[in-house]
Amino acid sequence: MATVAPTRPRAGRNSELGLLAIALAVGVAAYAIVGLNLDGAIPGDLVRHVGILIGLTVVLHLVMRWRAPNADPVMLPVVAGLNGLGLAMIFRIDQPLAARGLTSGFAERQLMWTILGIVLAIGVLVLLRDHRTLRRYPFLAMVAGLLLLCLPMVPFIGQTINGARLWINVAGFSFQPAEVAKILLAIFFAGYFVNRRDALTLAGNKLLGLNLPRFADLAPIVVVWLVSVGVLVLERDLGTSLLFFGLFVAMLYVATEKVSWIIIGLLLVGIGVVFAYSTFDYVAARFDVWLNALDSEIYNRDPGGSGQLVRGLFGLAAGGLMGTGLGLGHPDLVPYANSDFIVASLGEELGLTGLVAILMLYLVLAQRGLRAAIGVRDGFGKLLASGFAFVIAFQVFVVVGGVTRLIPLTGLTMPFMAAGGSSLIANWIIIAILLRISDAARRPAPAGAGSVVGNETALIALGDLAPEPPSASTPTTPPARQSAFGWDNDDPEPDTTSHSQTELIGHREEHPTNAVGHESDRAQDTGDIRGDVEVPRAGLDGPGGTERGTSEGVVGPARGTSTAPEQDSAEDGFGDDDNPTEVVKR
Amino acid sequence: MSELVVTLIRLGYLVLLWLLVLAAIGVLRRDISGTRVLARGSLTGRSAQAKAAPDGGAPPGRGSRGKRGAPTRLVVTAGPLNGTTLRLGENSILLGRAPSSTLVLDDDYSSTRHARIFPSEGGWYVEDLGSTNGTWLGTAQVEGPTPVPVGTPIRVGQTVIELRR
Repeated sequence: MATVAPTRPRAGRNSELGLLAIALAVGVAAYAIVGLNLDGAIPGDLVRHVGILIGLTVVLHLVMRWRAPNADPVMLPVVAGLNGLGLAMIFRIDQPLAARGLTSGFAERQLMWTILGIVLAIGVLVLLRDHRTLRRYPFLAMVAGLLLLCLPMVPFIGQTINGARLWINVAGFSFQPAEVAKILLAIFFAGYFVNRRDALTLAGNKLLGLNLPRFADLAPIVVVWLVSVGVLVLERDLGTSLLFFGLFVAMLYVATEKVSWIIIGLLLVGIGVVFAYSTFDYVAARFDVWLNALDSEIYNRDPGGSGQLVRGLFGLAAGGLMGTGLGLGHPDLVPYANSDFIVASLGEELGLTGLVAILMLYLVLAQRGLRAAIGVRDGFGKLLASGFAFVIAFQVFVVVGGVTRLIPLTGLTMPFMAAGGSSLIANWIIIAILLRISDAARRPAPAGAGSVVGNETALIALGDLAPEPPSASTPTTPPARQSAFGWDNDDPEPDTTSHSQTELIGHREEHPTNAVGHESDRAQDTGDIRGDVEVPRAGLDGPGGTERGTSEGVVGPARGTSTAPEQDSAEDGFGDDDNPTEVVKR
Repeated sequence: MSELVVTLIRLGYLVLLWLLVLAAIGVLRRDISGTRVLARGSLTGRSAQAKAAPDGGAPPGRGSRGKRGAPTRLVVTAGPLNGTTLRLGENSILLGRAPSSTLVLDDDYSSTRHARIFPSEGGWYVEDLGSTNGTWLGTAQVEGPTPVPVGTPIRVGQTVIELRR
């Protein structure tokens, strides 16, 4: 039996600055090397090009020192590195495109979008002081998200590119509203699940050892599935459709921690894919390309041949283990080498070694998002952070899986790297919100905070631990079933940043028996876990109903013998966590 | 450029890329989980140490808390959190709208860090933390640290709390 003791994270702003220096060096060096290898000289506009990136990320770093001093120190450098490397790669692919007289100038546009993205991220960090503000308008977020999702359907402004009707074109700028919609829908899902978590967790029938949810609770997932299929039918884009449904299922799993939801979700995806494969030619063509990419008939088919995919694979093969070197390969032979196939371009010029490093950066980014989700105390923040982390990881999986022929190719973008403004802006906003949540998650306890009283008393009650000085910096927590996502009712104090000074023993008059009732249950649990101590519980079965009618006789023995469960009595309902007037145990 | 230089730049860039990855992992390694897993024995070991050396000074307020007549919990009797009960430990309780407060008040009439209730010398005291609308103990406004008798209402914004035995 082990116990879990939290450690206190450092704010890490200086580590962030150091990492940021390396990350910017990655971007600057890539830009310089491209110039050296292509023209034999460092590009003339290097200073302007990288100066903007350096200046803006440093400003963002300073804003974080000001407004989010405890935010995660790794996210910003990782994102800056990815964005810088993506810019350099887009610039590098521009050169042969321009030489062949094709549309080029993507790097300039991408730089402009980067500026806009970072400025928006700064704006989010400055204006959004508490991520829980976002929770106020879940249905507004839903309506806005769905409207944005439907926007490309509107005649005149909607635009169809390569068969997918995902873009709108306003005043010469094309934009993918779905990218912003995914932020809004993540906010809506988080607000919705936080209220519905109790019901969705309720078990229904058991099938093959799996706790199925109740039939009535299936309605929301079916609705979202229908919306996703609608996106697939009307906008003809498999990637976006999968992203929304995947986001919903992932957040549903985080909210309920029930594997059965994932299985139900996968079944629904399976049904959707079979339906799409048999109904839509373009989906069937994607599957053909995926399964029989090297058939010469399919390779030469136009449109919808596998030429792009196979040339991407040839590029990856040419790169080998160490790559051809930036600027020395031929990634431009692949259509959309700077957006959909930027992974293949990077793999060709940086090799497997470089591509794995890039994937590691994405892994770190997603991990930091999930870590913020575990650390943050409110259910909304947990769901939102894990949803965003999932979105980033899922896009990387779908894009890299598509390019490497693990799964059929779909139309998602590589976050922060692929050329495309809407995705870049949306991802910078996502990072700003994640930074805001991680700031809340890692905020140290207020001055004068001590140890978790309830946990100590638990151990004292069980005769296992003497009182510790209240100033103990690393309180111990009793062995409890740990929730993977640190939901409060399962895991009393998963995060390190704050320690309750007093314990919540009951919330509402409507549940007057909770305090004492739970105490007796949990005392037995704890006793069972510890095994060796008989817990006297006689005093607890007394007149348990009166948390307000405070008779010494009830509370006295409870405190003297088994106050163990105090910290857990919040389990009388996740509703407590949801209530806007929530009682946060600090 | 010579072949050698090109190769060196190519490999050097990969080294730089991995340096970023490893440095990032180095920074996050420390709080990758945020917790340390202790063997059960080490916990009892720590408790034995705590027994042996109770940190010099007076033992923490647990003794005083056990005294008859001392309040053991804090009850919200009016306001949005009506019915909420907090068990009093030996640490102070921060009231306010800040999410870091012990009792988070969602109340436009309370300040971010509104008031503090803390134990001292066997009794509990309330102290206003410079709030906009003030803290009231019974009918008097709280100025400095004021002893809180059991059962006396403390008003913070729309919330009324009192200490109970």
